[in-house]
Amino acid sequence: MLRLPRTGSLVASFAASIAQKVNPPPTELTGFDQVVDAAIAHWGDQPTRLLQVLRELQEHCNYLPASALERIAQRLGLPLSQVRGVAAFYDFLSLEPTGAYRVLFSDDVTDRMQGSTELMQRMCHRLWAEPGKVTQDGLVSVGHASFLGLPDQGPSLLVNGRPVPRLDAQRIDTLCGLILARRPLDEWPADLFTVHTTVRKRGPLLSDPLQPGDALRAAFARADANGDVAQPVLDEIKRANLLGRGGAGFTTGVKWESCSRMAAQPRVVVCNADEGEPGTFKDRELLTSQADLVCEGMTVAALGIGAALGFIYLRGEYRYLLESLLAVLARRREQGLLGTSIGGRAGFDFDIEIHVGAGSYVCGEASALVESLEGKRGIPRNRPPRLAEKGYLGLPTIVNNVETYCAAALIVLHGADWFRSVGTAKSSGTKLISVSGDCERPGVYEYPFGVTVRQVLDDCGAQRTIAVQCGGPSGTCLDQDEFHRRIAFEDLETGGAFIVFDEGRDMFEVARHFAHFFAGESCGFCTPCRVGTSLLARIMDRISEGKGSEHDLQAMAELQRLLHSASHCGLGESAGRPIAHTLQRFRPAYERRLLAHGVEPAFDLDGALARARRMTGRDDPGAHLGDHA
Amino acid sequence: MSAPATFKLDGEDVPFEPGQTLLQAALAAGRHIPHLCYHPEFRPHGSCKLCTVKLNGHSATSCTTPARAGMEVSSETRELNDERRMLVQLLFVEGNHFCPSCEKSGNCKLQAIAYDLGMTSPRFDHFYPDRPVDASHPEILLDFNRCILCELCVRASAEVDGKDVFALAGRGMSKHLVVNSVSGLLGDSAVSASDKAMDVCPVGVILRKRVGFAVPIGERRFDDTPISTVAAEYAPRVPERTP
Repeated sequence: MLRLPRTGSLVASFAASIAQKVNPPPTELTGFDQVVDAAIAHWGDQPTRLLQVLRELQEHCNYLPASALERIAQRLGLPLSQVRGVAAFYDFLSLEPTGAYRVLFSDDVTDRMQGSTELMQRMCHRLWAEPGKVTQDGLVSVGHASFLGLPDQGPSLLVNGRPVPRLDAQRIDTLCGLILARRPLDEWPADLFTVHTTVRKRGPLLSDPLQPGDALRAAFARADANGDVAQPVLDEIKRANLLGRGGAGFTTGVKWESCSRMAAQPRVVVCNADEGEPGTFKDRELLTSQADLVCEGMTVAALGIGAALGFIYLRGEYRYLLESLLAVLARRREQGLLGTSIGGRAGFDFDIEIHVGAGSYVCGEASALVESLEGKRGIPRNRPPRLAEKGYLGLPTIVNNVETYCAAALIVLHGADWFRSVGTAKSSGTKLISVSGDCERPGVYEYPFGVTVRQVLDDCGAQRTIAVQCGGPSGTCLDQDEFHRRIAFEDLETGGAFIVFDEGRDMFEVARHFAHFFAGESCGFCTPCRVGTSLLARIMDRISEGKGSEHDLQAMAELQRLLHSASHCGLGESAGRPIAHTLQRFRPAYERRLLAHGVEPAFDLDGALARARRMTGRDDPGAHLGDHA
Repeated sequence: MSAPATFKLDGEDVPFEPGQTLLQAALAAGRHIPHLCYHPEFRPHGSCKLCTVKLNGHSATSCTTPARAGMEVSSETRELNDERRMLVQLLFVEGNHFCPSCEKSGNCKLQAIAYDLGMTSPRFDHFYPDRPVDASHPEILLDFNRCILCELCVRASAEVDGKDVFALAGRGMSKHLVVNSVSGLLGDSAVSASDKAMDVCPVGVILRKRVGFAVPIGERRFDDTPISTVAAEYAPRVPERTP
């Protein structure tokens, strides 16, 4: 593995060597310890490597044995409690043994619309498995993952980290047969794991015939009279008015320039490849078919801000892309496009390392992502300071979306004027839209900014559409009266998710699903989000069970306001939106479930007697209370 | 020397020293902004969100926002206090808080703030989490039922005691306080009764054994003095200005 320049590496390795003298490694290595040592040999013995070491341990052992965590703590010089704390933060890491085959069904709303619930039941039935538990023989465990990023070819699942898309009854039976026969995954038919490319409409991002190095050469050619290339690159990105494609829409050039002005070195370029917003999968497509463009954009950014360190934070669900991405990086090093003296330019040293996430939506938030890169729990940071000032290990850092880097590379290649000639006044360029849900042609569509929702619906073959969730659960729910609206920063901001619902769907249940999503993904740092999201999910459940009242709608509205105004980060701020939006647009879906009277007691007195009735074998009127008698 | 820089808090000037946050400056000036996870001796944390104020119309945690001259801050508004009351209600239903039997009653900041904000009921359904107590240490009892996850003990143990006895694990509603020892029990950790971490819990999680109810309930700190009137007590020491 390529060794990156490391801040403080001397101090850290010195401390680690002292720790080893104080606590010499035990003479007899157990199997788990050997796995730990191999992972640490690969990643290095610094605390920043904790998450990657844990992830490799999980991959090899299917869980994180207690003794192995002790060894990791000792080798990395960390408190054991911190190692356990990180291990318990990420969904894909397990402190208890999982099955030899660990199956995680994607639990996105589109997976459910495509029948994932029934398919999971079918698998559990065939394998004699109980959801969330390991079978008695230790063979298999079946559970849920929030969103695997395959809604265009769902339902989908992960088996030992590898995706199986396009599930149907037949595929489930095939999987069950392979599992019961204890066939190793490498011997499974390759077709099971094939993720299809579903690009339906190509624009420059998905079709530019850029050759590796083209954008860099174009950047070098922009050198000013003094031979400086950094400022011309920054100027071009600023002039292009490139806005962040992850959804927040911050001006990329301004972000880069402010980072480039910081004195501290080295500076850091981070690519946010953690697209966890349910319904989004456009970065999957870019990382699959345009990996060179992504790397080219990151390298251009490094040139612009004067960075030496680069990271791709790849979401754990996309772990299957790791090998192909590593191959691209290796080839680019051979081509002189990464490493030292890039493109023959003395002093331009930059390389990229890939860190893989482990199942946590909040890590898509830039500062939480940086915390995760540092090997910690993914908790969004307080600002100030901004990441551009103090980011990864306190170094000046830029974090941008995969698509943003692709656009940046093309801007440097073709110029700001070319970029601004497409799109709207305030939203230059094109946008990748991930279309899923009730339509004939789900997939990735690249449109100039300003495209109407109606146009996308027509192109993807959506019929009898009642709603579109634009931007995923944290975005905007639109009803039929709003399909004239435009996807652009002036109107509908979106990270790219576009989930279509037809008249057969119940928008209350959609909102209830999203409420559970946010409750499950809240990092738990701040009070409103930690408790508020769970309360919303519980109230929605109560309404779903027919026990809700007008009082609950009032409580949800107040909770939603609190989440919006007091939350620590965007997750909490948006967590109440699906409920607020569907209440505005689909209120009857709520009201028909409500009880007629104002307040329903939380405690069901007669229900509490059910156990006593069972024990006494009574069910006569005298054994019931009130209305139930 | 020229007059110190000021910002406006609810329309009144509050002076501040460079580097002070809004909350620090407000407390130093004897102005109360409700807070739970902030402690003058530790870096601001910004997690409880009780100290959220409106700054130029936007929400901001006053404990983490550096004060700047001319800022317009509002705190004592009905809207913000309604939100604060709701935050306290969320904390009450998240854990298992039974004030009448709690050794901290009267000295508990959560309880004091709830009274101060006029909270009359928890309003939401209780979660009733299952959180066993840890009585393994001979001198110290940990009652996790009351934990509000402010991380003050985590910070105190790491930054003052240099022991890292406490840490947080898990996510969302599963987030919980853990103890740094192989068994996970306090009795096997490096904690000692003289640690700073012993004295920072705003609620009743970290308790000394065998000294309970030394001061009768009714005669404790917040029993007759609302927490908002003793704000200055929590104020950080500000370096004295040279004339």
